[in-house]
Amino acid sequence: MANDTIQFTKEELARYNRHIIIPEFGMEAQKKLKAAKVLVIGSGGLGSPVLLYLAAAGVGTLGIVDFDVVDDSNLQRQVLFGIDEIGKPKVEAAKRRLESLNPHIKINLYNTHINSGNALDIIRDYDVVADGTDNFPTRYLVNDASVLLGKPNVYASIFQFEGQVSVFNYTNAKGELGPNYRDLYPTPPPPGLVPSCAEGGVLGVLPGIVGSLQASEVIKVITGVGETLSGRFFIFDALNFETRTFKIKRNPTNPLNGENPTIKELIDYEQFCGMKAVEKSPMKEITVSELYDMQVNGEPFQLIDVREPHEYDIVNLAGELIPLATIAANADRISRDKKVIVQCKLGGRSAKAIQELEEKFGFTNLYNLKGGIMAYIDELEPEWTRY
Amino acid sequence: MATVIIPTPLRKFTNNTAKLIINAGNVQDVVNDLSLNFPELKRHLLDENGKIRSFVNVFVGDDDIRDLQQENTSVKEESVISIVPAIAGGVK
Repeated sequence: MANDTIQFTKEELARYNRHIIIPEFGMEAQKKLKAAKVLVIGSGGLGSPVLLYLAAAGVGTLGIVDFDVVDDSNLQRQVLFGIDEIGKPKVEAAKRRLESLNPHIKINLYNTHINSGNALDIIRDYDVVADGTDNFPTRYLVNDASVLLGKPNVYASIFQFEGQVSVFNYTNAKGELGPNYRDLYPTPPPPGLVPSCAEGGVLGVLPGIVGSLQASEVIKVITGVGETLSGRFFIFDALNFETRTFKIKRNPTNPLNGENPTIKELIDYEQFCGMKAVEKSPMKEITVSELYDMQVNGEPFQLIDVREPHEYDIVNLAGELIPLATIAANADRISRDKKVIVQCKLGGRSAKAIQELEEKFGFTNLYNLKGGIMAYIDELEPEWTRY
Repeated sequence: MATVIIPTPLRKFTNNTAKLIINAGNVQDVVNDLSLNFPELKRHLLDENGKIRSFVNVFVGDDDIRDLQQENTSVKEESVISIVPAIAGGVK
């Protein structure tokens, strides 16, 4: 990224003096910063310090991707914005702030959702990606696009009091390519299992700390100064003030760039992360005679009855009573380790319960009892009370 | 005995305990002990087949158990075992 044609004005030389006088950094590294193009994806908690420090440091071109508008609940941690920007697009508010900080840099705005259709086109023009997004589909999208385009991806993520940082898809001076996000986490958690920051909260200063580390890694990737976090995975626990740095390696089974790559273009990341209920396989069903066989054979399963208590009192299959309206609140009572058969009177409410549990909590082991308890009575226990 | 560090997102399943001392010879012993004492934690750690979930990383010292002997990785008295699940926050 070094460029002999890069020149600085007198104002710029004064501005970057504290960089230039560091012996290991010097004019050469400052030129590399000016020549560099960095794409920051997400201008929220992490994006704020990343953008502020990269702009201040003199990165020549900054791209900002965000579709959101500034909300008053952002101001607890998103230090790019002030009360005057509430309701305005984040990318525009960010640009105004960054231009007032450093008028010598170029800022490109992408006021859009990054997705499989536009990611390659947006990322292609940049040298380095800094991922500060807030959800798993976008994390995998940004990772895959960066790997497909051969761009280093400086990664940071936070939750409550904990932060993670690494540098993915980075080729070091010896020409060795480092691991990427899919080496570290081959598949995402099912939706609902890991809460988002919007649900779980985050200490406001945490993205300031972690985002600053991310900015520092971006600068090292651009300039080649120091040793990046490639091949290492840093975690910080603000609550106990503990930091740990783990070693991570490339995984030969990585579907993007392992020994037998199967992903050669961007995929549907919502679907990959289990977030598209409509495109999922049809609901699994079990017949009353199959249930009977399981009972007789003593196979392990859990039976959930989603009817109302008064119906349960009339007749039941000795299942656990969790009425449909309370199913989400009682999701933790439902096993993930064995078959779970969900049952109501005729099979309609149990289907709704399964849909809700699969969508919100990512269950994959639920079976709807076809025809409900009425079918069970009709076929197997005609003496029992019908209602 | 080995020290197990529970990350923030999973502490609600360990009565908010961040560090546990567990008597274990290998990672499987650690997982078994955690599953027994914290049934709610179990479903976050293990899949239907009892394997450690692919979005949960386990490190013994500085090393990923995937680069060692997976669940059979031995654990010494002074070992520190870190459980590090994927988190995605940015934050909007």
